Amino acid sequence: MPADRHKKSSKYTLDRGMPGAFEGETVTRRRFINVTAQGAGIIAVASFALPALGFAIGPIFKRQPFEWQIIGRPDDFTDETYSTKVLTIVEGIGEAGESLAYVRKRDPLIDTEPHDKYNNYIALSSRCMHLGCPVRYVQAAERFICPCHGGVYNFRGEVAGGPPVRPLDRFYTYEANDLVYIGPRYSVNSELQRFSPRDPGQPLDGIGQYVYPSRPSTPVLPPTNNLPVPPTIPS
Amino acid sequence: MPLPKLKRSAPTAPAAPAEPDTHVEHHVHPMDAAAEAGLTVVDWLDERTALSPGIRWLLFRKVPKGINWAYTLGSATLFVFLSQAVTGVFLAMFYRPDVNGGAYESIRNINDNVFLGQFVHGMHKWGASMMVILIFMHMGRVFFFGAYKYPRELTWIIGVVLLILTMAMGFTGYLLPFDQRSLWASIVGVNINGTGPFIGPYLSDFLRGGPEFGATTLSRFYAIHMLLIPGIMAALIGFHLYLVTKLGISAPPWLKAEEPEAAIEVREV
Repeated sequence: MPADRHKKSSKYTLDRGMPGAFEGETVTRRRFINVTAQGAGIIAVASFALPALGFAIGPIFKRQPFEWQIIGRPDDFTDETYSTKVLTIVEGIGEAGESLAYVRKRDPLIDTEPHDKYNNYIALSSRCMHLGCPVRYVQAAERFICPCHGGVYNFRGEVAGGPPVRPLDRFYTYEANDLVYIGPRYSVNSELQRFSPRDPGQPLDGIGQYVYPSRPSTPVLPPTNNLPVPPTIPS
Repeated sequence: MPLPKLKRSAPTAPAAPAEPDTHVEHHVHPMDAAAEAGLTVVDWLDERTALSPGIRWLLFRKVPKGINWAYTLGSATLFVFLSQAVTGVFLAMFYRPDVNGGAYESIRNINDNVFLGQFVHGMHKWGASMMVILIFMHMGRVFFFGAYKYPRELTWIIGVVLLILTMAMGFTGYLLPFDQRSLWASIVGVNINGTGPFIGPYLSDFLRGGPEFGATTLSRFYAIHMLLIPGIMAALIGFHLYLVTKLGISAPPWLKAEEPEAAIEVREV
């Protein structure tokens, strides 16, 4: 290998003896055409690739809307057992967009988490916090049981056994106009502190809330000044 | 170094047209005529494409002594992939990625009404499992025979990528029948994916097309299953095969290499 292989040559094309070089020229015409053509190619590809990429990953950043939904009258619920209510999580896709909530009245004797206007009724999501199978409430045992991998939750939805990583998710509830409304889902850690909704399998204790950050796509708590009213029954 | 001669030698000048011979009757057997016609077509194509050396290079190559049936597992995987591609194309003619029950109904239509629909659907379904099994057997052969070693590391790496893509095909294809099993298996699968730290939640959003299983999840899975991954897989399989042909097949490990005399250097001390 010759020793002067990487010898620094002059930046002026005139000094390098380029044919047709002129005074002060540093970029050869060949290099200029190369860079221009490649730059044009990059712009042409980016003009369809970037919108396509944005199209594909856009849903990550789009916040899903959620409105209060009527689930019944206050008399429909007791503080001793759960009643099941179907709510629509995603509009327009039929049964695949529906979810089941277990709802009861708040019992101050056992529900020791802070009381506010959004938890007069305790609404637990039926989504198992292991991997998202639907749990069922067994009244005789006062437990929620998951059919997939044996997750068990107690009456308050806290983990009583099996692989789930956090208590059952909850829904905001709101009582107004002699109606009970159900709002978006939120997640809780083992102390039943509220967090923005996470997917199953993501623990929220300790560093869990930072390892599994909240997402910009999850619905936020809607305002309570524009609640839906039940359809009027023609007499 | 001079370039190898790729051009054919110049064609000979056409001879002067012979006198039309009207006395001798030509009796050409139809089979001979058919063979002649076939050769004419092949010659016509080859004169314009010059593909025959490449095909000869791909198909007629030396293989080491002692190879056995275990060496056919890669080809078997390739043929299952082709079977999946063909049956998949025909299933797509009847399938509808509609979340509101249309997907399930279209699969039921394929199974119950379409001529041979249940057979083609079954081929695709069982072929998927067969492909995973064959890939692992092929992988085991390559591993235990040491065939992944120099200079075939890149072939192995591409094979691993193909294995992962096959798994992704299995995952996205499982949702498409859109029955209870499909839906819940996909929900569980996306949630497993979501347990990856830091980016897992966002990856789940990407897969579902939102924070919940929604209207676009099925069409997303369908597009990934039938357009995105098969294209990447076909390209990678082509590269995999090129490397197999280029680098040759490794001999089984129990076969001792015969040292050619020329490779032994004798030194006087």
